Amino acid sequence: MNANQIRAGVVAAIQDVAPEVDAGDLVDERPLRDQVDLDSMDWLNVIIGFHERFGIQIPETDYARLGTLNDIVAYLGGRLP
Amino acid sequence: MLSEFRMPALGADMEEGTVAQWNVAPGSRVKRGDVVAVVETDKGAIDVEIFEDGVVREIVVQPGVKVPVGAVIALVEREGEPATLAGAPPSPAAQRAKISPAARARARELGVDVESLQGTGPGGAITREDVERAARPATAPAAAKPVAEEKAGEGGMREAIAAAMSRSKREIPHYYLAEPVPMRRALDWLRDANAQRPVNERLLPAALLLKAVALALQDFPELNGVYEGGVFRASAAVHVGVAVSLRGGGLIAPALHDVADKPLDLVMRELADLVRRCRAGGLRSSELADPTVTVSNLGDQGVEAVFGVIYPPQVALVGFGGIAERPWVDKSGVVAMPALTATLCADHRVSDGHRGALFMARLRDQLQRPEAL
Repeated sequence: MNANQIRAGVVAAIQDVAPEVDAGDLVDERPLRDQVDLDSMDWLNVIIGFHERFGIQIPETDYARLGTLNDIVAYLGGRLP
Repeated sequence: MLSEFRMPALGADMEEGTVAQWNVAPGSRVKRGDVVAVVETDKGAIDVEIFEDGVVREIVVQPGVKVPVGAVIALVEREGEPATLAGAPPSPAAQRAKISPAARARARELGVDVESLQGTGPGGAITREDVERAARPATAPAAAKPVAEEKAGEGGMREAIAAAMSRSKREIPHYYLAEPVPMRRALDWLRDANAQRPVNERLLPAALLLKAVALALQDFPELNGVYEGGVFRASAAVHVGVAVSLRGGGLIAPALHDVADKPLDLVMRELADLVRRCRAGGLRSSELADPTVTVSNLGDQGVEAVFGVIYPPQVALVGFGGIAERPWVDKSGVVAMPALTATLCADHRVSDGHRGALFMARLRDQLQRPEAL
């Protein structure tokens, strides 16, 4: 899976939780939670969405590494087989 | 005997609803708790449950028709009771309105004829709210006729919220208390618990806060219940209304039932499900009608403290601000402590600041023993 495919999956998981998000409006380098209104329940559901789409369990201690879309794509890309 | 199934009052701010869909037809057998209809309100589409066993005899209000709260929308023959023959004169007992003395006094004060009202309280009893609704000139009488005016989207919800909050501030003498709560033990416990859980079974601090509120309330009945018709009724169960913001704007606070009696895992699962249904649809009428207290958690938005407005007919709201590290003095001196500010706004008609302060201390102590939640 290449970075573009991972990004598409990440955005789809975010849109499952926040359907008002337009994929074209997301800036890859900006903190995600500055761009999308996500409370802690939403964020947990996004993490669950990543797990369902990519089969990766993300420990809570790694949440701080998932600040931007670029961060998330790199994190997931580094753990996919 | 035929029973009148009425448009329910799904909170103090609801005056009318549109039957969007019937899940039953004449002849359908229903039992208590069945979702028999979907009603469109200012808060979205709500699944409406029935509260008795029986057989549907007539659909009175067709889909698409908006009617006031209390209007008869269907007739149901109660289980084991033959239908009263059409045209048979009602008994004197049936003719007399069920109404509390306080509501009757209010009706006299406002010049409302109680015999013309249809009650929305337990067993069809006329409540003080029914009387006041009937007295408002802009409100249609409680009869099954369509309401012409259309309100849609957040505009309608915003009006409904404004109406309920205005009534709250007008009628309820609020008092406010705030308490800083150290959260290190709770967060450490949560971190260890979540480290052993798959992602879809993890707990959020919100679940701990809800459970702690519910447990603490068990010893403070004057903060958990409803004030109607000039009388406060404490609730044995703690049904926590959870304030949930909607993505399109607006707010809804449906009940998590019996929170004090449920294990934390179940509270978390039900919270996740409730939030999902608030946003995607599928709330049930009992969830909107049953809260005995409200919890508003705005910590994710980064505010320090919440100064709420009580949602009538409840008498208290507990607020939580964000968890952040603060300078904290303990035995070793000044340390950095993760902490939040908990607030209570409560109704002076029912409680006073002394009891409120004791409740806040109990809440703080509950959160220092997360393993007991």
